[in-house]
Amino acid sequence: MLCATSRLLAARTATALPAQPRGRGPGARCRRRELHFPGHPELDLDDFLTGRLARPSVPVGRRAILRRGRMPPAVGGGPARSELRPRRGRCGPQTARVVGPNETAKPAARSRKRPGWGSQHFEAAGRWALLALVTLLSFATRFHRLDEPPHVCWDETHFGKMGSYYINRTFFFDVHPPLGKMLIGLAGYLSGYDGTFLFQKPGDKYEHHNYMGMRGFCAFLGSLLVPFAYLIVLELSNSLPAALLTAALLTFDTGCLTLSQYILLDPILMFFIMAAMLSMVKYNSCANRPFSAPWWFWLSLTGINLAGALGVKFVGLFIILQVGWNTISDLWHLFGDLSLSVVTLGKHLTARILCLIVLPLTLYTATYAVHFMVLNKSGPGDGFFSSAFQARLSGNNLHNASIPEHLAYGSVITVKNLRMAIGYLHSHRHLYPEGIGARQQQVTTYLHKDYNNLWIIKKHNTNADPLDPSLPVEFVRHGDIIRLEHKETSQNLHSHYHEAPLTRKHYQVTGYGINGTGDSNDFWRIEVVNRKFGNRIKVLRSRIRLIHLVTGCVLGSSGKVLPKWGWEQLEVTCTPYLKETLNSIWNVEDHINPKLPNISLDVLQPSFPEVLLESHMVMIRGNNGLKPKDNEFTSKPWHWPVNYQGLRFSGINDTDFRVYLLGNPVIWWLNLLSIALYLLLGSIIAVAVQRGAHLPAEVEGLSQVLLQGGGQLLLGWILHYFPFFLMGRILYFHHYFPAMLFSSMLTGILWDTLLRLWAWSLASSSLARGLYVVGNLSLLLGTAYSFYLFHPLAYGMVGPLAQDPRSPMAGLRWLESWDF
Amino acid sequence: MLGFLKHPVVVTADINLNVVALTALGLLSRLWQLSYPRAVVFDEVYYGQYISFYMKRIFFLDGSGPPFGHMLLALGGYLGGFDGNFLWNRIGAEYSSNVPVWSLRLLPALTGALSVPMAYQILSELGFSHCAAMGAALLMLIENALITQSRLMLLESVLIFFNLLAVLSYLKFSNSQKQRPFSPSWWFWLTLTGVACSCAVGVKYVGVFTYLLVLAVAGVHAWHLIGDRSLSNVSVLCHLLARAAALLVVPAAMYLLFFYVHLSLVYRSGPHDQIMSSAFQASLEGGLARITQGQPLEVAYGSQVTLKNVFGKPVPCWLHSHQSTYPMIYENGRGSSHQQQVTCYPFKDVNNWWIVKDPGRHQLVVSNPPRPVRHGDVVQLVHGMTTRFLNTHDVAAPLSPHSQEVSCYVDYNISMPSQNLWRLDIVNRDSDAGVWKTILSEVRLVHVNTSAVLKLSGAHLPDWGFRQLEVVGEKLSRGYHESTVWNVEEHRYGKSQEQKEREVELHLPTQMDVHRNLSFLARFLELQWRMLTAKSDGSEHKYSSSPLDWVTLDTSIAYWLHPRTSAQIHLLGNVVIWASASLATVVYTLLFFWYLLRRRRKICDLPEDSWLRWVLAGALCAGGWAVNYVPFFLMEKTLFLYHYLPALTFQILLLPVVLQHISDHLCRTQLLRSLFSALLVAWYSCACHVFNTLRPLTYGDKSLSPSELKALRWKDSWDILIRKY
Repeated sequence: MLCATSRLLAARTATALPAQPRGRGPGARCRRRELHFPGHPELDLDDFLTGRLARPSVPVGRRAILRRGRMPPAVGGGPARSELRPRRGRCGPQTARVVGPNETAKPAARSRKRPGWGSQHFEAAGRWALLALVTLLSFATRFHRLDEPPHVCWDETHFGKMGSYYINRTFFFDVHPPLGKMLIGLAGYLSGYDGTFLFQKPGDKYEHHNYMGMRGFCAFLGSLLVPFAYLIVLELSNSLPAALLTAALLTFDTGCLTLSQYILLDPILMFFIMAAMLSMVKYNSCANRPFSAPWWFWLSLTGINLAGALGVKFVGLFIILQVGWNTISDLWHLFGDLSLSVVTLGKHLTARILCLIVLPLTLYTATYAVHFMVLNKSGPGDGFFSSAFQARLSGNNLHNASIPEHLAYGSVITVKNLRMAIGYLHSHRHLYPEGIGARQQQVTTYLHKDYNNLWIIKKHNTNADPLDPSLPVEFVRHGDIIRLEHKETSQNLHSHYHEAPLTRKHYQVTGYGINGTGDSNDFWRIEVVNRKFGNRIKVLRSRIRLIHLVTGCVLGSSGKVLPKWGWEQLEVTCTPYLKETLNSIWNVEDHINPKLPNISLDVLQPSFPEVLLESHMVMIRGNNGLKPKDNEFTSKPWHWPVNYQGLRFSGINDTDFRVYLLGNPVIWWLNLLSIALYLLLGSIIAVAVQRGAHLPAEVEGLSQVLLQGGGQLLLGWILHYFPFFLMGRILYFHHYFPAMLFSSMLTGILWDTLLRLWAWSLASSSLARGLYVVGNLSLLLGTAYSFYLFHPLAYGMVGPLAQDPRSPMAGLRWLESWDF
Repeated sequence: MLGFLKHPVVVTADINLNVVALTALGLLSRLWQLSYPRAVVFDEVYYGQYISFYMKRIFFLDGSGPPFGHMLLALGGYLGGFDGNFLWNRIGAEYSSNVPVWSLRLLPALTGALSVPMAYQILSELGFSHCAAMGAALLMLIENALITQSRLMLLESVLIFFNLLAVLSYLKFSNSQKQRPFSPSWWFWLTLTGVACSCAVGVKYVGVFTYLLVLAVAGVHAWHLIGDRSLSNVSVLCHLLARAAALLVVPAAMYLLFFYVHLSLVYRSGPHDQIMSSAFQASLEGGLARITQGQPLEVAYGSQVTLKNVFGKPVPCWLHSHQSTYPMIYENGRGSSHQQQVTCYPFKDVNNWWIVKDPGRHQLVVSNPPRPVRHGDVVQLVHGMTTRFLNTHDVAAPLSPHSQEVSCYVDYNISMPSQNLWRLDIVNRDSDAGVWKTILSEVRLVHVNTSAVLKLSGAHLPDWGFRQLEVVGEKLSRGYHESTVWNVEEHRYGKSQEQKEREVELHLPTQMDVHRNLSFLARFLELQWRMLTAKSDGSEHKYSSSPLDWVTLDTSIAYWLHPRTSAQIHLLGNVVIWASASLATVVYTLLFFWYLLRRRRKICDLPEDSWLRWVLAGALCAGGWAVNYVPFFLMEKTLFLYHYLPALTFQILLLPVVLQHISDHLCRTQLLRSLFSALLVAWYSCACHVFNTLRPLTYGDKSLSPSELKALRWKDSWDILIRKY
């Protein structure tokens, strides 16, 4: 189909290149012209930099052959590209491999003479110089005014605090895996931060505390994103302008810049994601030399970076999916190659399993090992974990503790739900509000240790103090009828036929009675799961159920968060459904009874795999618990690519130093447009290929880059964006940034390809080159100018808000929803 | 001309007696004693109320699915002459004589019965043998869970029917594609595919998964078509357009049609009105329309209005104020302005009236001609009963300390000036000079001094606020949220300057009729949006289960128990079929990957055509199982065993496919093949035996003794009800 368009071109070609011999064979119908653009590997660097456009240093005769199109008829441009590839000791670009089995012309291409060594060196030096320039610019923008504002911004309050916890070695709980925070802590430690700053709330001044080490570390990783993106695009498209455009998009994006400048997990996460992507792409281009040293190097580096990405946040899973998909399709191709023996295939498979599954898992586990080793002091996260786990932490009352082993009447105990992250049975001097069951004292579960978690076991029928030394010790046994009295308020654990506040089908649980005197609704039968009657009940190890005697329901926690009146603690109910779930099973944790002998609890310490599993369960529950509430403004995934709304990092009023996380709208809207254009162009090409249209060699080569390289990036964008639509947890704008990286790389490739195609379709080659250069330059300069306009967003603004004409951002509030 | 006279008129009918027999058996098994438990069985209590709503033409909202399924059930009621007078309040309640039980249950039973011959048809269209096709149909016939589910007023069997119909008609279509594209039958089956898909989606939202599967298969086929170079570009384009029209346009149109019929059927206001917007409510007969009829459309200076919050969560409510003031000191020690409370009140009340006042004038009456209020105008809002001005200031709100307190200004003379100017921001304005319209305009009130926005925080005030809802001024207005948007519901032009007279003012008649102003599309969009966002309380149910329990049939549902005897209906599957269907899925998957890898190494175990058949059968049957099962893991609603039945149907279709494949390709010798056939017969008799054993629980017609019931409790997790005498 594309032949039709090129008919016109063919006529023009005759005028443009009169000396050129007419093509023969398949080339006669679809004649193509080979344009050599700046950015092709043969590029003479200073030609490009000076804007002077010269023909590449290919011998004239060879070019003529190329032009005449002596290609295998159906194959098209693959060989042409491979011919144009630089031949150096390094691995070739990926596109060559993609053409794969069709490369019949390749040997011929390889046998030709190499270009002179001088120009090779020069070109290599030019590439390095460009890379250095890109890196330098990236570092310069990220480190510029890094120390401002000198107070806690946004989530620094969390991650800075967690860094301090590592330095102080106190145990804490967070919904993300530990690696990112460990690295922050390490950076702080190495830069001389002593972990004494409290990071209480955003806006707190750092004063004399050394925070620059931690910010610098994040900015360092954030700066590396740009050269990484540059290298990835260069590897995928083999075009310097595309890579430069990508680098410019990322360097000049205010959002990436802002996100890289603070103590956050995102720069670390994005660093690992991009590093994994880069090593995967590099490894792909080594595919023609399997089991060589670079091959192994890049493969294992991919695995290491995957472990890093997953170790920082669970969204690192998406890049694992991408690498996994790439690996599977890679293996699928190898498997179809009948020249490889089954043994070789086995080796390939084993190598990938080793480097992409075993190695990352080991590293990931190792980060947890370090995490638990470092954090050996009791801290704010204790209550989230099971009793057995807490025994590991020094300073926790279970550590090296010795407590009475068997429950007896009169013991003061805390009761913990066995379901992870539910907490202790708790009550406090607040009543259920009117209209919600009976207006009696609230009973909840609470994750933190507190005096209100203490309960006294009493006999159901007497109110005598069992701790009276004259009475003998009487143990509580499986099947006994007991009463639980709340120590602080002297009310009994009580249930009745009123519906529970949230789970309407369960019964309400309250605190009832005065000084321990209540009614028969306070009686509970204590049962040990899987035990016979008459057995004693052991601290920590017995799994107990409390069954309400009158209604026959079981004490449990639904795990739902109560509204404000319940202090956002979790609901406790009595469930009439006798299903065996962990929600209704409890264990006794603390146990105080002066009349009983103490035993040591060291035997309880769980093994490392158990701890690992438990911490994951707690994290997943924690993540699911981050639900948006009604009437709360939340960011929706569709807002993100549109750059609909930013995030306030610091400051609200016109007197504050304000930093606003918002993408550079020019870049983001260009990205959005590019995705649409890519889908359009990609499907046109795919349909044309499927219809069997003969593409001219140049178009064929470009379409390969677009479909293969661009396809990988599009997949990356999809994987890092669309899963958020399915997530029930609360979402923020910054979740989009990994996807944004992929989208910017796609933009780089797409515009380069578009400009090349456009130039190719033009008549005169000088005009084409002019157009190409002007197009690229205007894109580069346009992004740079938009950065100049929007840079106060990232570097901070003072003065009036944008509505005010005196504001530095006056006239730039293009969307009503941006508040800066 | 007249050439047809030269030949005799011959009608050749191809009647497959197998299909006829299967249909008859299906009808027998599903229709036998259909009206037997003349009592409400399980979820009939839920669907029944909607049938009653249809009969009485009362508007309702059900978030569980689009209205087509409900309408089909209601059709049964309509044909049976049901008047809708039955209180669907508890499972087990006896039906009164006006409820046509048989005709209400007929439609699900018919669809359930027709699924049996359709299973036969699908397998023969897939290119499998007559025996395999018979096997599939016979398995469907004796699946207890399918029988139970189709004999009641429930929607699963209807959904299954449309799922199967979509697959069957697509197969018919793609088979005729090879021979006679663009023939009438080709068009018929293609269109039927689209229609069946939209019906499946219209019955329950989960039908969308089967639709997507059919679309995917059609997409792959179309992609091959594009690659077929023997076709011209034009004919490829025609093919693609025909498919797009039938599989995308027709379903979308059908879906809209369901809602159109639904909305024209239920035109009266009812108990679910409150959830909808004022404009929607006003479009229903009775209810709000009765109040708002004849209201002036344009809000003018001097208008008396009630302002309703658009978000309406946790309850729909109106902006309200009353004599009481905020307490001087709150429980937690913070102070307030001690000015008059402003709240949101969920009931109609005279204190909900506000007067729109021009800050530049003193009059509280509408001038002649009325001066309409436009977008961007600055207004004051005066509380009708107390004549105090709506005000907000930099004082923390009682329950949301990050927001500003909203009050009606009381001048205590303590250097706290009133800040009572509000700028009107019409969210859904047509132009920047848009007029504030009753009911139709959604407005935000932006405070002029602090740019705070009037917002419903959703919190209930404590006792001092009479447990009404808190209203605050939101300073950090991060974009649009419905809780900051209000609309005028009741409206009249103020006539009297005097306080006393104002309270007794009359309504003024006008020509405006809100009803006509709301187009079908607007009504559809709103209804659809409310349905999708209606939160079902995700509470557990006694018989709820998790998707993992379904494959192994570790759960059951007691549907109904006879009031005196222990005859009962219990949703239980045929254990043999469930187990072997799951096994078949595993075998299929393993074999598929084995063949796939071998083919990649150029070792072809199967001839090309049987490989293609094998893949297509897998894509539709195993794929149908997967798409109807896996998404449930992501759903947060309460799940029951019956949600698995559509997936199970596809799994049952896969079973004969795998069996025939084993017999044809894996049993190498004749002896093995005979052995295998004998095994199959034994296995099927076993399934029949299980069906027969569980039959009393399926039909609920026979009272079993406690010991018999205990013997039927094959799994501990089955809650078979045993009466204690």
